[in-house]
Amino acid sequence: MAHRANAMICTCTNCISNGSLRIKDALEREIRSRGIEGDVLVVPTGASGLCVRGPILVVQPDGVFYQQLKPEDVPRLVEEHFVKGRPVQSLMYVPPGGETPIPALRDIPFFKQQRLIALRNRGMIDPDKIEEYIARDGYRAMAKVLTSMTPDEVIAAIKESGLRGRGGGGFPTGRKWESRKRVAADMKYVICNADEGDPGAFMDRSIIEADPHSVLEGMAIGAYAVGASVGYVYVRMEYPLAIQRMATAVKRAREYGLLGQDIFGSGFDFDVRIFEGAGAFVCGETTALVSSIEGRAPEPRQRPPRTALWGKPTVINNVETWANVPAIINWGPQWFSQIGTQTSKGTKVFSLAGNVNNAGLVEVPMGVTIREIVFDIGGGIPNGKKFKAVQTGGPSGGCIPASLLDLPIDYEVLDEVGSMMGSGGMIVMDEDACMVDVAKYFVAFSKDESCGKCTACREGLDAMHEILTNICEGRGKPGDLGLLTELSEAMKDASLCGLGSAAPNPVLSTMRYFHNEYEAHIHDKSCPAGVCKALFQFKVDRQKCTACGACKKNCPYDAVEGEKKAVHRIIAERCTRCGACYESCKFDAIVKVPGSRREALVGV
Amino acid sequence: MPKIDPADLDTIADKIRRTMLMREGAGRAKILVHMGTCGIAAGARKVMSALMEELESRDVKDVMLSISSCAGLCSREPMFTVELQGEPAVKYVDMNPEKAKKVFVEHVLGGKIVTEYALAAGSERTL
Repeated sequence: MAHRANAMICTCTNCISNGSLRIKDALEREIRSRGIEGDVLVVPTGASGLCVRGPILVVQPDGVFYQQLKPEDVPRLVEEHFVKGRPVQSLMYVPPGGETPIPALRDIPFFKQQRLIALRNRGMIDPDKIEEYIARDGYRAMAKVLTSMTPDEVIAAIKESGLRGRGGGGFPTGRKWESRKRVAADMKYVICNADEGDPGAFMDRSIIEADPHSVLEGMAIGAYAVGASVGYVYVRMEYPLAIQRMATAVKRAREYGLLGQDIFGSGFDFDVRIFEGAGAFVCGETTALVSSIEGRAPEPRQRPPRTALWGKPTVINNVETWANVPAIINWGPQWFSQIGTQTSKGTKVFSLAGNVNNAGLVEVPMGVTIREIVFDIGGGIPNGKKFKAVQTGGPSGGCIPASLLDLPIDYEVLDEVGSMMGSGGMIVMDEDACMVDVAKYFVAFSKDESCGKCTACREGLDAMHEILTNICEGRGKPGDLGLLTELSEAMKDASLCGLGSAAPNPVLSTMRYFHNEYEAHIHDKSCPAGVCKALFQFKVDRQKCTACGACKKNCPYDAVEGEKKAVHRIIAERCTRCGACYESCKFDAIVKVPGSRREALVGV
Repeated sequence: MPKIDPADLDTIADKIRRTMLMREGAGRAKILVHMGTCGIAAGARKVMSALMEELESRDVKDVMLSISSCAGLCSREPMFTVELQGEPAVKYVDMNPEKAKKVFVEHVLGGKIVTEYALAAGSERTL
């Protein structure tokens, strides 16, 4: 059936939780009721990337981008756009601080400055329709590899492309494959690591939800190169939609004979199983992941020997790494290696989150600056606040301060500044963030997720968390920073796995770039950002207070004094710093004053 | 016996090529049927259906059919605009299903403007 328009409705997990399935139903209902179901096809897709604006609808052929749709918008949208051909301006994207809507997706800065390789099919195909993947050059790389390339040629191509692991470590993919190919064995495995667990990260989930076949095709090519016949996709069970779409993809690929025996008559057999992990952060570590598949407790072990499922040679790559492979084969290693920096080739997918206008999923060439990601693509910081830092690499990464905004991002540069590429989480923080509190948050995360097998990580994180809690609650001591540094070094040296040895990074990087904040907490008993409740006070700005009584009414602790026409006052002894007065004041008359109560009282 | 041959990929892709070209904004030609209130009242819907039928029955994959609103010349509706890649757009006026089919065959497929129905050459942007 030929349609004159495709309504591409985003059905990623983010958009679904914003109600995109209701929009999809409403669209289909409305289109049917107007009798134009033959004209307009409604297509569910994976994440378009601008997740914060969901539910998102893109109408092709013109690429008109509609955002934040509500079911009640749908009748008008169908009437105007699909019946009368008049795109609806009021439902379009308006850039932060701008007034004029931008109708077409390709003109929106967020999209314009991205370069899509791993996400090449996002928003363009229905992830459940293998035919649409095939129509976008899908499975052609696999056909090329199986019919015209030797395993060594495939490995040489991946090596030449410069592709490195996108899951965190950045190990060269071609070299990894080569080392497993060299080992003779009756059975080998390839594994896709989709155990994404960093706070705020959703790259792997989005790739699988938007384009599961790109991952399967990459795995098949890798399997052929190393001589494996079985693949596992290790997904955490918190990703039900990703699991469902991957399961459908595997089923369809088997039906077409793109998985199974004697694929393309080449004699190559390959099949994929999905393994649902129970959702422990440590399972992203390869030796723990393998233990988990084998049915044992997911605890990392010493390497070498190399990670091996059931004792057999095994290649484990991250979702994004696998998704890059077909593109490299199709368009050539030279094409890929022209993108990026000296040491880091291609693109990287980041999930942009935190205090940024256009939170979402972005794919950019290696070597772009943090400024370009946060300000050009991300649209800057909301509410006119100042940029303070960006956290990359999750609990294993670190915080990068404003002074390094123009740093070109690649694996080495991020390492040098005390952070890491990680899997691609990128959390933007504005001036209101307390960096000691941020460090404490990540240490608490790692402490909870530590498997507890090795003493350095288990006890080290516990001790660090205690020290950081003390600092945030006004009990910091002069020797604390030295002790934190010493603990960090010990954990780096003595932890069994990468998660333990990288866990001190959030602390080390914040101590390096925001040393004065630690000093203020410890010596002045003051939280400059006004986050740590023991270390700041709420005060009434006498010039601004209109005695409206809003703060008094909203205070749950009777800590505000004041009469009509008399400037209000906060009673420090009763105040718990809950912030109810701060939120309720319409005149910005409640201000945060750094310093503990004792200091404040002395000041009076 | 393998289930699939590399050449089968082309066959599978070809079946939905028109849909994919439309999504990519690619394609050799574009037809915009003007469907404002005036156009619809004058019978634009029938013209649209006739064009869709042509696309379908001739299995044309690289032509995109879309709609636009009133072109401003309400007395000459139904109208549509044909844009061949790299050529100026041409507006056709006083259309009906038969005339539309003729334009489709001669201009869209054949590349020759049907001057007797054409209003003028000129570009109009939908966005």
